[in-house]
Amino acid sequence: MHPRFVLITALAACLVAGGIRTPAPADTLTVYSGRSKSFMDALLDRFEQESGHTVRRVYDKTAAVALKLQTEGDRSPADVVLAQDAGALGALSRAGLLAPLPAPLTATVDERFVSNRGDWVATSLRARTLAYSTERVSANALPQSVFELTDEKYAGRVGFAPANASFQAFITAMRAAHGEDTARAWLLAMKRNGVQSFPKNTAILEGIAAGEIDLGLPNHYYLLRFTEKDPGFPVAQTGFADGDIGNLVNVAGAAVLNTSRQPEAARQLVAFLLSAPGQAWFVDQIHEHPVSRDAAAPVRGAPALNLNAIDDLNGTLTLLREVGLL
Amino acid sequence: MKSAFCRTATPLRPPAPWIRLLPDRATLPAWAAGLGVLVPLCFLLVAGFTGDGAAVRETVLRPRTFAVIGRTLGLAAAVLAATTALALPAAFLVVRTDLRLRRLLSVLLVLPLAVPGYLLAFALLSVGGRYGASARLTGFELPRLQGFTGSLIALTLYNFPYLFLTFRTALRRLDPTLHEAARALGHGPWRAFRAAELPQLRPAFLAGGLIVVLHVLGDFGVVSLMRYETFSVLLYGSLSFAPAYAAWIALMMLGTAGGFIVLEVVLLRGRRFDPAAPGAGRLPRPVALGPAGPFLLLALLGLLAVAVGLPLATSTYWAFQPVLGFVNRGLTDPALASLTVSLPTAVLATVLAVPIARLAVRRRRAGASVSQGLERLAYAGYATPGLAFGLALTAMALTLDRLFVSAGQTLLYQSLPLMIYAYVLHFLAEAIGPVRTAFQQINPRLEEAARTLGRGRVAAFCRVTLPLLRPGIAASAALVFLSAMKELPLAVLLRPAGYDTLAFNLWDLTGEGLYAEAAPFALVILVLSAGFVAVVLLADKSNITKTK
Repeated sequence: MHPRFVLITALAACLVAGGIRTPAPADTLTVYSGRSKSFMDALLDRFEQESGHTVRRVYDKTAAVALKLQTEGDRSPADVVLAQDAGALGALSRAGLLAPLPAPLTATVDERFVSNRGDWVATSLRARTLAYSTERVSANALPQSVFELTDEKYAGRVGFAPANASFQAFITAMRAAHGEDTARAWLLAMKRNGVQSFPKNTAILEGIAAGEIDLGLPNHYYLLRFTEKDPGFPVAQTGFADGDIGNLVNVAGAAVLNTSRQPEAARQLVAFLLSAPGQAWFVDQIHEHPVSRDAAAPVRGAPALNLNAIDDLNGTLTLLREVGLL
Repeated sequence: MKSAFCRTATPLRPPAPWIRLLPDRATLPAWAAGLGVLVPLCFLLVAGFTGDGAAVRETVLRPRTFAVIGRTLGLAAAVLAATTALALPAAFLVVRTDLRLRRLLSVLLVLPLAVPGYLLAFALLSVGGRYGASARLTGFELPRLQGFTGSLIALTLYNFPYLFLTFRTALRRLDPTLHEAARALGHGPWRAFRAAELPQLRPAFLAGGLIVVLHVLGDFGVVSLMRYETFSVLLYGSLSFAPAYAAWIALMMLGTAGGFIVLEVVLLRGRRFDPAAPGAGRLPRPVALGPAGPFLLLALLGLLAVAVGLPLATSTYWAFQPVLGFVNRGLTDPALASLTVSLPTAVLATVLAVPIARLAVRRRRAGASVSQGLERLAYAGYATPGLAFGLALTAMALTLDRLFVSAGQTLLYQSLPLMIYAYVLHFLAEAIGPVRTAFQQINPRLEEAARTLGRGRVAAFCRVTLPLLRPGIAASAALVFLSAMKELPLAVLLRPAGYDTLAFNLWDLTGEGLYAEAAPFALVILVLSAGFVAVVLLADKSNITKTK
């Protein structure tokens, strides 16, 4: 054989062999995070410093993390899962993958934001909101309910993100609060009214700024990231009337996996997220709402809904496919 | 080694076609590559057939699915036409004319491949509209791209180099005697090109075109940002807790992609592209462009300004915007993660591509047209959408881990070798195209002559054929490396814990609207990719001048 050929092959073989990992040391905690690396990495670093545990991190979208954990089943190397949707946590709970959390820990959080089975707990809250163009929409003439967006005067002016997990949770909540038929009718009426589909929350806000739409339905904290850096960004946001389902408050939460070999350290991480420094992080850096009873003022205008009620994601996906939005 | 010569004498009667389908030494790499993809896909099939069959059929076989298929095919056809219209003239200008800066342009025109599609789409989107860069900087509001037009423009801008590269390799290797013969027969220069040379470019067109089409089918970043719904948008939207639906969409995408692969085989059947006489390594006299030269040069530079300059400028602009301090992270680890997966991928895919490409070209002449189809097995990985392939490999790795390690431990799952395995098989098709084009234009008699002179099978190949393949091999390695640097779905699904590539970080940060924080990652991807391409292609060029 030609020497150069042998060299290349040997080099490649070495590179591959070098990649086989040594197993993680025993005091290492593996976290599957459906929350973005952008906002969780520094917080997990801080937990490492305070607790002395090393945290291995696998980041992905919340739905994908849930799918991963279900595929892995009893083989999962994960100790803790972080998700930003009660629906995903509910699905993991129903699949029997989560271990019960100690009652003193869950008691620090309002029961609407704790799993019925006591196996997941909210760590922060995120609100749905109405974003609008400051140039083309008068702040006095805003709709009072998400159901008003089907009105003719909003034809072709509204955008939402049907593939986005937070939007899907909002539809699940609408189904739970108003019934399947109302939700279907609203989606169909929105379609007839020329609603525009965007791939994600940030795209909705950029669409408003660019003049493609005038109003949109994103989560509340995205706009703050735009205006923080560009005060002239021509978009503002508000809520609907108190209690409207369009003001849904969803959770970002945490749970310990049944398969964890270090449940003690895993619970320590969950407790850290609920502690004062953890809560301060979510509020100050990510602009979310706190969840622990000490820190939390109820989010203004939120509908009174137990978050356990929004765990039927598959029903929502089926509905979105049925009406042709997915 | 010498005894091998006697053993390989062509049999008088070729064996039956089905016998030639069985794996032997020559077809083994193709079989390995094909099965390496198809076996994991069986796990996807299982997922597709478990679960509520009737409900899944109802959602899969609805009119909307077929509308989306139609839209996807329309976009693929349009992108293929547009990329050809850009790539063929560009390749001709660079190889066959006296265009100024053609050496430099020949490398620069490959660079759009270094730009991740989602980055290009983002840059294009940030120009237009009421709050776009154009309106804010100049007061003139450009329309904001979206939908079919937006997708077409973005996909064309970063996919045309696939065709440019194969056309360029083909034009360089084209036997000038063809053109001269046509001229001698009384054809004008244009007719001579059309009659004698254009048909010879067919394998290059088909090889590059197939990659472009498969790329359009699999693209998610561009079409989702442009809000144009294709197959892959449907697939990503279907990633739910019940994977049966996703599996079905993935299988349908696979079927569509498979159709194109078969089509390419059919269109290539029964043609010869090797030079008529050996030793025709020279290039014909360059065409004088005259006064049109500067305009054509400007046009090519303008194309580069949009395809590479715009994303570069956008990233640079954002890199100097204020950042949230706590989000900042080092670039070294992500860069190392990207390189340790992309470099082995480029090397392994290219090494694997050589025997597979050889199979298609050489075995055909020995009378085995069936084996040409075997080569297309290697396209299975490219035709499988990254997300689907990743899910399938996850299931396979978990099953295998069950045999070797206890629960909670992982061996293959979330390991670097599995990630490289996935990358190699997914990008293998990109490596095959240029190598195959190069093979098709090497006269097999050269290698046969070396064998006659007593060289063994391997020695003859390495001494005679391999050096002639070098431009093709360089192009292959470059293509795979660029794609691996940009790859997202496979990285997201299969990467080991903490092994966050540059592309992953870029995706993660832009998803949160943190463009200033994301910009350095975009810039590092662009710089590393451009650097690798420059090194590989410049090495290739010195080779060209030497053999000339």
